[in-house]
Amino acid sequence: MRPAYSVIFFTTATGAGYGLLALLGLLGAVGTLPSDITLGLVGLGLAMALITGGLLSSTAHLGRPERAWRAFSQWRTSWLSREGIAAVATYLPAGLLGAGWVLLGRTDGWVAAAGVTTAILAALTVSATGMIYASLKPVAEWHTPFTLPAYLIFALMTGLVVLNALLACLGRWDPWWAGFAIAATLAGWAWKIATWWHNDTLRLPSSANTATGLTGGSVRSVEWPHTEENYLLKEMGYRIARKHSERLRLIAQAAAFALPIVLLLTAMMSGALASLIASVLAALLQLAGMLIERWLFFAEARHTVTLYYGR
Amino acid sequence: MTTVPARTEKSLGLVIDLDTCVGCQACVTSCKQWNAGGHMAPLTDINPYAGGADGVWFNRVHTFEHVTDAQARTVHFPRSCLHCAEPACVTVCPTGASYKRASDGIVLVDEDKCIGCKLCSWACPYGAREFDTDVGVMKKCTLCIDRIYNANLPEEDRVPACVAACPTGARHFGDLGDPASAVSKLTADRGGVDLMPELGYRPTNKYLPPRSPRRVSQAPAALEPASADDGFLGWVDRILSR
Repeated sequence: MRPAYSVIFFTTATGAGYGLLALLGLLGAVGTLPSDITLGLVGLGLAMALITGGLLSSTAHLGRPERAWRAFSQWRTSWLSREGIAAVATYLPAGLLGAGWVLLGRTDGWVAAAGVTTAILAALTVSATGMIYASLKPVAEWHTPFTLPAYLIFALMTGLVVLNALLACLGRWDPWWAGFAIAATLAGWAWKIATWWHNDTLRLPSSANTATGLTGGSVRSVEWPHTEENYLLKEMGYRIARKHSERLRLIAQAAAFALPIVLLLTAMMSGALASLIASVLAALLQLAGMLIERWLFFAEARHTVTLYYGR
Repeated sequence: MTTVPARTEKSLGLVIDLDTCVGCQACVTSCKQWNAGGHMAPLTDINPYAGGADGVWFNRVHTFEHVTDAQARTVHFPRSCLHCAEPACVTVCPTGASYKRASDGIVLVDEDKCIGCKLCSWACPYGAREFDTDVGVMKKCTLCIDRIYNANLPEEDRVPACVAACPTGARHFGDLGDPASAVSKLTADRGGVDLMPELGYRPTNKYLPPRSPRRVSQAPAALEPASADDGFLGWVDRILSR
């Protein structure tokens, strides 16, 4: 599948944004985070910037973005429509949470209720994003039980690493936050390795035989209907060289998981300034690594239409 | 609405005979010609006369080599929308632009509602939908709804353009929901199959597999001896045989 940059940025940015938003909502509600106005302003502001930037970027891959409002209508059957509705619905409790935290400086009572509601809607939005891919039967690497949890785990992971950096910047940090961020990053790393391990043995759900109705023996494509690449080959027939895939997997693992863990461990064991720099670097590296991970998510996915082209 | 009708009054579709298709591409060009001015017009072509030509086509003919223990043969394979009973291209659509008609089962796109998110083309395992980069919306086979119900056309021409164009009669059009229809009988007689049945899309269009090759049942009769032993030709034969 063709990796569209707008969709890669969208899923990575909104993942981190909704993860951070949900953590702020929940941890604010239970009182783990201080009801500090600066934290509310910067934290919620950053989360909403990631989410809104991602959502706006997602409209860039549309052929007719001016009609995007129509996407809120088909929630009965379409995960894309559900994602859009959940995304917009999250703004309401998030706005209330922001009003309580930033304007009134409190995270208890109705503000806590808004925080919990925000977290639930954020989780639903990320789940809908995951289901868009997990529900597509023709794409072997996406139609697996690994896809939906991956979106949720990575949202929590990037949200927590960003929150850790944020608390370090605001002087609200203590080593426990880095510890939680390391645990989440380890979970994300394990899930990604398990996903790759599973996907590497996957075959397409169909064969050239069932695609053509020709039973038995071998079916080999000898002539395409066209001499140039068409939409199908550009969009669904995207292929990545195995050697590039292997190298990019290593780079993604280093940037998204290994180096952030090392940096977070360093942060736990150093003084205030060093831990601040290490925490911020960990977050930036992880987000960059997740962009590569998301690029591979598309580039390595195979679609059944390629069977007709002998690919 | 992207909810698929539980059942449709008719299931209009095509039956494609892989035994008789000769890969002449007449259905491809006829489809393009009609639909470039039809319901889903335009069928944009980008750089049609230069390198990197691209464009929207509803019907494309592939060529495969099918090798089994018994035989090896070339099979020409027309590929177009199968107007599935369970079209995931319809249910994934976020805007309601994609829909399946309850009256005849034809799957269509409302070009005025399509936002061009391309998700329907990802959901189709058969590659039936092609994005029009110029107009910014998804395009697909309409089963020539502007021909099959067109009272301005003579009765015999009210079939999809690809069916009308086929010189070998490899394409048949009709109601596959009616077991008594000619296309249903043909499918039953020839063992017509669904493409990728394991995915559960329940395509309406059927493909008739190539027939088994005809076995030569009798050895040809031995030739008559060619020698003439008298007359002028016998003399010539004797002279030439020396």
